[in-house]
Amino acid sequence: MTLSTSRPREVRKDNRTLHLIGKILLYVVLIALAAFTLVPFVWMISSSLKLDREVFTWPMRWIPETFHWENYVKIWDKVPMLTYFKNTAFIALFVTFIQTLTSSFASYAFAKLQFKGRDVLFICYIATIAVPWQAYMLPQFIMMRSFGLYDTPWAMIVLQSFSAFGVFLMRQFYQNIPTELCEAARIDGLSEYGIWLRIMLPLSKAAIATLIIFTFVGTWNDYMGPLIYLTRETNKTIQVGLKRFIQENSSDYHLIMAASVVSLLPVSIVFLALQKYFVEGIATSGLKG
Amino acid sequence: MVQKKAAKRKMGKLERKNTLIAYSFLAPNFIGFAVFTLVPVLFSIFLSFVSWKGGSFDTIQWVGLENYDTIFKTAKVAEKGIGYFFNKVDLGITLKNTLFYTVVTVPLTLVFAIALAWFLNKAVKGAVAFRTILFFPYVASMVAICVCWNFMLMKNGPVNQFLNAFGIPFNKSWTADSSMAIWAIILVSVWRNMGYYMIIYLAALQGVPAELYEAATIDGAGRWKQFRHVTLPQLRPTTFFASIMMIISCFKIYDVVAIMTDGGPGRSTKMLVTYIYAEAFNNFNFGIASAIAMILLILVLTITIIQFSMEKKFAND
Repeated sequence: MTLSTSRPREVRKDNRTLHLIGKILLYVVLIALAAFTLVPFVWMISSSLKLDREVFTWPMRWIPETFHWENYVKIWDKVPMLTYFKNTAFIALFVTFIQTLTSSFASYAFAKLQFKGRDVLFICYIATIAVPWQAYMLPQFIMMRSFGLYDTPWAMIVLQSFSAFGVFLMRQFYQNIPTELCEAARIDGLSEYGIWLRIMLPLSKAAIATLIIFTFVGTWNDYMGPLIYLTRETNKTIQVGLKRFIQENSSDYHLIMAASVVSLLPVSIVFLALQKYFVEGIATSGLKG
Repeated sequence: MVQKKAAKRKMGKLERKNTLIAYSFLAPNFIGFAVFTLVPVLFSIFLSFVSWKGGSFDTIQWVGLENYDTIFKTAKVAEKGIGYFFNKVDLGITLKNTLFYTVVTVPLTLVFAIALAWFLNKAVKGAVAFRTILFFPYVASMVAICVCWNFMLMKNGPVNQFLNAFGIPFNKSWTADSSMAIWAIILVSVWRNMGYYMIIYLAALQGVPAELYEAATIDGAGRWKQFRHVTLPQLRPTTFFASIMMIISCFKIYDVVAIMTDGGPGRSTKMLVTYIYAEAFNNFNFGIASAIAMILLILVLTITIIQFSMEKKFAND
């Protein structure tokens, strides 16, 4: 009798200690991985506030002896950061606008309208998501050059505005909106365009937010496209501009780090403010990567 | 009879009107898509069979399979064997590097992603903060993070100092050492992508029915057993999908390499896309570049087809 009553309690006690150890272990691993993720950023910020020769001292100081905020002033004279920012913002805004508008328009047809050739067309879109851009970047370049768009921001804008990804993402969202809503509106005499504008658009705010963020961040961080297309200094975007600065001043570690921190700021702000949509977007589409 | 015909005609008219409306919705996107994506894809196939230095269009010369012959160095390889292809021929080396990079990066990223998602799914305190931190590298711009890692991996940089403190003697710049450079690229890739795949796994974990865990607990399964026999099998479709996505994106690697090592030292980190870029935009061998691009395309399409057929199998299970 005594045995049988005391045993479960012992087991439970054992379990509780095990549980606690497990919890502690879990936090240790998580904190270690979070630290591993953050270290480069912390090091970047720390180095950006040091003197050139202080960057690689041992033992390394995470907090600089004196904060050299003037690094952040210097870079604006050394690198045409403002031009880069303006160019990047120009491209990113146009791409985001055209991409969101045309994709949401096209996805409405794919999700809610019946017409000949719908499935074939949609398969066309999906198939090109699987085709790597690097496999056809050269013919695209040849085309752009003969259109006279080489070394203009418009090359970047037209290339990135019509991606199949946007259509795919928006269609996934639209399919979850009940078709009865559209039918009811049709009976009430609303045209298809009216349905898109008054019903689909307002209901798909989350999807649009997701697409906007993905497009904006993707365009802002794009490296290979601008590398191919934008050669004139006055046309460069922040990524290729930063790369040029690094090549030309390869030992100004502190200034390179300061410029890097500045280049990260806009996307960081967008990400922190709207990360909910990022997470939802990845969870529903799982694409883009 | 007459009525029926009229109704049919009316239907036909309505259908045509509907189709027109549908096309008007599609047109703005489709025209851009067709001109800037579909046409170049087809054009690319054609270009791989011509010789062209990028001048005016009438300097294009049809050469058939010659470009493929050149990149595979068929005659030399036939004479000296397959080892020659993977050690001396550009295409062989870039294929080998790209495959090695993929084979190491994909499982490493997946292991970290699954572990992180599993931990965060356990309703830990500060889960949102952890998630935000771990995902952040994915949105941070490549140039900034690559140059930062480059500095950190320098001869007397913090990573080597850290290793030395643990008694691991290493005092070379990682990206200047022909055997370590590729590991620097793998390190940055895993570091950058694990948060992204963690989010995909988090979404998948939330779809695992709680009853399965309850049943496992009743059967006396501990945490590890639950993870092995409930979580992992339930995540199989996600793992499959995630690894396909990642394999494809690994095949397309360019940015990290271009910024960190530029393919070097020597050819030790030269990848397929690095090779395409160099032939296209540095050497202006448009035909050769397109032939290499076709190799990339065929590899990626093969994987996609495998994915499609396997997915059907998963769906039928």
